[in-house]
Amino acid sequence: MIRVPGIGRVPPEATRVAMRLAAVLILGIVLTALSSVFLRAANLMNVLRQAALLFFMSSGLTLVVLTAGLDLSIGATVALAACVAGTIVKGSDSVWLGAATALGIGAGVGLLNGMMVSLLRIPSFIATYGMLWVLQGLAYTYMAGTTVYGFPSALRRLGNGYLLGVPIPVIVMTGLLAVGTGFAQRTVWGQQIAMIGANPVAARLSGVPIKRRLILVYVLSGLAAGFAALVYLARLNSAEADIGSSLTLPAIAAVLIGGASLFGGVGTLAGTFIGALILTLVLNGMNLLHVDGNWQPLVTGVIIVAAVWLDLRGQATGR
Amino acid sequence: MTALALPKGMRAPGLLAVIAIMVVGFAAASRDFATPGNVLNIVMQSSTLLLVALPMTFVILTEGLDLSVGAVVSLCSVALAEVALATGSLAMTFAAGMLVGALAGMLNGALIAYLRIPPFVATLGTLGAAQSLALILTGGQSVTGLPSNLLFIYGGSILGVPAPILIIVAAYAIMHVLLYLTPFGSYVFALGGNREALTLAGISWRRMLMAVYVLGGAWVGVAALVLASRLSAGHPTAAIGMEFDAIAAVALGGTSFERGDGWLFGTLLGVAAIGILRNGLNLMAVPSSVQVCCVGILVILAFALEALRARDS
Repeated sequence: MIRVPGIGRVPPEATRVAMRLAAVLILGIVLTALSSVFLRAANLMNVLRQAALLFFMSSGLTLVVLTAGLDLSIGATVALAACVAGTIVKGSDSVWLGAATALGIGAGVGLLNGMMVSLLRIPSFIATYGMLWVLQGLAYTYMAGTTVYGFPSALRRLGNGYLLGVPIPVIVMTGLLAVGTGFAQRTVWGQQIAMIGANPVAARLSGVPIKRRLILVYVLSGLAAGFAALVYLARLNSAEADIGSSLTLPAIAAVLIGGASLFGGVGTLAGTFIGALILTLVLNGMNLLHVDGNWQPLVTGVIIVAAVWLDLRGQATGR
Repeated sequence: MTALALPKGMRAPGLLAVIAIMVVGFAAASRDFATPGNVLNIVMQSSTLLLVALPMTFVILTEGLDLSVGAVVSLCSVALAEVALATGSLAMTFAAGMLVGALAGMLNGALIAYLRIPPFVATLGTLGAAQSLALILTGGQSVTGLPSNLLFIYGGSILGVPAPILIIVAAYAIMHVLLYLTPFGSYVFALGGNREALTLAGISWRRMLMAVYVLGGAWVGVAALVLASRLSAGHPTAAIGMEFDAIAAVALGGTSFERGDGWLFGTLLGVAAIGILRNGLNLMAVPSSVQVCCVGILVILAFALEALRARDS
C-alpha cells in the first residue's frame, strides 16, 4: 500500500487486491464450467501471453496515472514504433537494431510528452492526445498503406518462444512486475511519483523535483509502449499503421480495473496486472463461448464502471 | 485564476493568433480559400462538430467530461436511419435521434451524479455500450437508402440559407441563452465552481448534473441527424473519435477543466479553428495522413501559446 498523506480514505490495498483476485477466481470457475477448452494449458498460456502484451502497455500508464495524469498516446506510440522497428528488422535482419529503434521512439515520444506536461503545463490529457494524432499521422505517412510482415525467428521468440516450458513474454512480464513494483513502492523516486499525484502541494513543499519526475514518468510510459511494440511484432508477425487505435482503451481499462485512481496517488503495478488479467479472461471467455465480437466494447465498459464503482463503494462504507 | 481577470475578448489569445496565422497562410497558399463559397463550406462541414462541442462546453464547465459522444452520435445515426427507413417521417426520425441521445445522456448522468463514478470512467463505459449497440443493431453495416426528406437536413435550404446553418445558429442561440440568461446556466457554472452553493440554495446538484448530460445527449442526437443526412447513411462507426475533436475545440476555446470557468463563444472559435485547418489543408491537397498530424500540432500549439502567455503574466 502506498502511504501518502491525504489518501487515508482509500480501502487498504490488501482488500482491493483480494477483491480482484476473487474476481479472477470466480471468472476462472465460471469459464471452466462453461467451456471445456478453457482450463487446457494451451489456452491458459494464451491468456497469460495476451495479458502480458496488455500489461506492458499499461505498466507505464499506471505510473502516469499515479501522478494524476493520463497518456493517450501509447497506442499510437506502439503503432509507430512497431512499423518503424518492423521495417528496420526486415531491412537489416538485426533484432537488436529493431529493439533499439522501438525503445528509442518510445523514449523520445515520452520525453516530448513529459516536457509538454511539465514545462509547458499543458494538461496531460490534451498534450498526449495531440501527440496521438501526430504519431498516427507519422505512422500513416511512413507506411503509406502497406503492411510489414515476416520477421526473423530471433524476434518471434520474444512473442512465441518458451523458456523451461513458460512463454517468454510471461517471464518478461513477471520480471517487469517485480522490478516495477520495487521501483514504485520501495524507492524514493517511486514514492515521489505517487506523492505528485496524491498531493502536489505537499510534494512541492517537501522538495520533490516535480518536473524531472514527471518527465521520467512519461519517458517510462513511452519505453513501455516501445517494448510492447516489439512484443506485438513478435507475436503477430506483422504491423500496419492503424494497429494502435484498438490498443489504448484496453490499456486504460486494465489500469482502471486494477484499482488505480485517475485523481492520482492510488494504484499499483500488481493491481494493473490483475486488471489486465481480468480483462483478458473475459475477452478470452467470450471468444471460447462464441459470443459476437461486437459485444466486446459493451462488456469492457461494464467491467470498468463496475470495478470503479466497487472501489468507491468500499471507500464510502469505510474499512 | 488569471483568465477570469482578462476582458472577455482576450480569453483565448493563443487561439486567436493561431486562427489569424492559418487564415493568412491558407489565403496566401490557395486562391480558393478566401472565397464566399469556401467559407460556406467550412461552416457547413463544421456543423456536426459544433453541435456536439456546445453541450460538451456545458459538461466540461461542470468539471465533467463526455468521452461517449462519438459512439453515441454513431448509435443515434443508425437508430434514426432505421426509423427513417421504417416510417419515412422526418418528425419520427428527429425524435428517435434525440431520444436515443437523451437516453445515453441519462445513463451518463445516472452513473456520474447518483453512483458518483468519475465522468471519465462513466462515459468510457457508455462509449463501449453505445459502440456495441450500434454494431449489433446493424451487423456492422451502413444503413443506406434514406428518404429524401432526411437528406434535406444537410442539403436543403430555406429562403436561400442552407439548413445546417439555420440549425447551428439556432443551437448556438439556444445554448447561449440557457448558459448566460437563465438560472439553469448559473447552476451549470456552480456545478463546476461551487457545488456547495447549489446545495445551500436548496437545489439538487444531482438533478442539475443529470439535466446537463441529458441535454448534451439530446444535442448529440441532433448532430447525428445532420451527420446521417450529410453521409446519406447511418454508419455504426461514423463518428468514432468525434469526442476528442469536441473536447479539443472546447479546450482550445479557453474553457478550463476545473472550477467551472469557461466561455461558450470560445468553443465556437475552437470549432472554427479545427474546421479552417482541415479545409485549408484539403485545398492544398495535403494527404489525409499529414492532416491528421496537423490537427495534433494545432492542439499542442494553441496550448503551448496559452501556457507561455500564462507564464508571462
